[in-house]
Amino acid sequence: MIWSMAARSLTRHRARTMLALAGIAISSAMLLDMVMMSSGMRESFRELLESRGFALRLSPRGTLPFDGEATLGGAAALIAALERDTDLTSVAPVLGGSVHAPKGEGAVTAFGIGLSPEAQGDYVLVRGRNASAPDEVVMNRAYLTASGRRVGDTLTLAAAYDPQLRTFAGVQRVTIVGEARFTYLASDQSAVALPLATLQAMRGSDGRDRLSLVMLKIRPGLDPDSVGARIAREQPRVSALSTRSAVKQAEERLGYFRQLALVLGSISLVVGFLLVSTIVTVSVNERLGEIAVLRAIGVGAPRIAAQVMVEGLALALSGATLGLGLGLVTARWLNSILTGFPSLPDHISFFVFEPGDALSALGLLVITGFVAGALPAWRAARLPIARTLRTEAIA
Amino acid sequence: MSDAPRSERAPTVSGTASSDRARAAGDRAGRDIGDAQRPVVLATRDVKREYTLGAETVRAVRGITLEVREGDWVSLVGPSGCGKSTMLNLLGAIDRPSAGSVEIRGRDTATLSDKEATLLRLREVGFVFQRFYLMPQLSAFENVELPMAEAKVPAAERKARVMELLSYVGLASRAQHRPSELSGGEQQRVAIARALANRPAFLLADEPTGELDAATGADVIALLARLNADGTTLVIVTHDETLARAGRRVVSLRDGQVVKDEAT
Repeated sequence: MIWSMAARSLTRHRARTMLALAGIAISSAMLLDMVMMSSGMRESFRELLESRGFALRLSPRGTLPFDGEATLGGAAALIAALERDTDLTSVAPVLGGSVHAPKGEGAVTAFGIGLSPEAQGDYVLVRGRNASAPDEVVMNRAYLTASGRRVGDTLTLAAAYDPQLRTFAGVQRVTIVGEARFTYLASDQSAVALPLATLQAMRGSDGRDRLSLVMLKIRPGLDPDSVGARIAREQPRVSALSTRSAVKQAEERLGYFRQLALVLGSISLVVGFLLVSTIVTVSVNERLGEIAVLRAIGVGAPRIAAQVMVEGLALALSGATLGLGLGLVTARWLNSILTGFPSLPDHISFFVFEPGDALSALGLLVITGFVAGALPAWRAARLPIARTLRTEAIA
Repeated sequence: MSDAPRSERAPTVSGTASSDRARAAGDRAGRDIGDAQRPVVLATRDVKREYTLGAETVRAVRGITLEVREGDWVSLVGPSGCGKSTMLNLLGAIDRPSAGSVEIRGRDTATLSDKEATLLRLREVGFVFQRFYLMPQLSAFENVELPMAEAKVPAAERKARVMELLSYVGLASRAQHRPSELSGGEQQRVAIARALANRPAFLLADEPTGELDAATGADVIALLARLNADGTTLVIVTHDETLARAGRRVVSLRDGQVVKDEAT
């Protein structure tokens, strides 16, 4: 009967209850969004790094992958040594750098990725096929559009372009054999994948036998950090970064987002608390006479307190349920805005729904609502019966 | 008075269901028996109640000694501020005396914990208020059922008893109506049914006709008279002379003291 009485008390003033519910729903939606944002980028980044199964990344000692222009020399020897390593199941060398395609009197520039097509982890083919010859490349849609080419076309690519003199260096005639979507790049960022040896040759002395990065898959069951540490000892020229460490470093860099989410999430909780507390307090104050009569006819103080707290709980529970849906909708909307920023990989999301985290946050809001009903419940339970009846009679 | 036919009366409606009380009630209604043979349900001994109102100390009740026996109908009368309502609160264990004692069927209310006092009110006291104070969100049926649910009476028994009580007060057909759909007189009859729900030892009413017009008030007075005739002990605070005269005993208060205690 407690739930029934609580529900009926709340529905006595429908407009007020609906407005309060809307407020609590917005508050819980904001809390959910903040929780989704606080862990969203981290989880999204982790998923991005893990998406192709590479657990380790080797880069020039003291640098992070593609964090600068530094490259590793002695690429062939390094690759050979890694391919002999029985802890590794796949070795994917990468050399990055700009490439330019002549167009009109200028050039269209793209990010060129030299790789081994058979072991690459940088792109997914959309159509066509992988490059199987030194003069074959795959491009993404942005570069195809920018250069005005189609799969099957032949064009000239250059490793260097001087816009003053309008001269090209490191020129290579290539055929486009496929269209790809590059995993770690934004969809609007022009990119082309070439065989590693081709890009090395195009870059001349800057690229000969050099690498920017090596991505490694390891045998299942091995600890990537341990394997990485061993490789770094054996290959003093490299730094090894596991996905776990990369996520940790990214998390440190994203600390600002987490703090913002924490502050806004806490504000949401406080707002939710105040809303529930206010509405239940108002409701109790309106019913002092009724409560005194209930106590007079023998309804126990614990039962009165329970009913008031159930009202707070029902408000918080209903608001949190509505907030769950509202939060998911607003998160999707905000995500579409934020991921529209230039140069963000397509797979990065700012808001990721983690059921456990989301339910914990909304559970916290429900508990907060329950606690918010505690003060008015305590007041209701301790109401002086005779004095209240006298006051009500005078009123 | 009430539109309830007399045949709807049921013995269990009155007071408690215990056989001795039912017998006493029957005796009271039928042949007159001596006071000493009827048990005392309410007793006050030199009871006083003071409370502070701002800087002032109000002596609402200044030493009242009173006994109410089973089957009595006592009317507490007197001018406003004479301590009638305070006395009623003390008799119903919703207030505690500053001095002296109030005993309900031999239990001193001053010694009871809040929980014990609540249980005592639930089982032994029936309250009727001037403003009815029905729960507006509940139907007439649910209002009457409420004290029984609190007393953990089984659902089937509750249902039967609620309908019995609503029939008794002539409102069986209005069981599913909410208070806002009932007239003042009907609401007061529902409130009386609610007060009788757990077969209390006595019924306390504070100006039960105060909010009603004369005709409706007369209906309620007739219902109370029928209740008393069926054995229910009544203590009623009233300004209404008709209601006061309907009782068997009138206790007049002035300045927190009894100035007259007479049979009508």
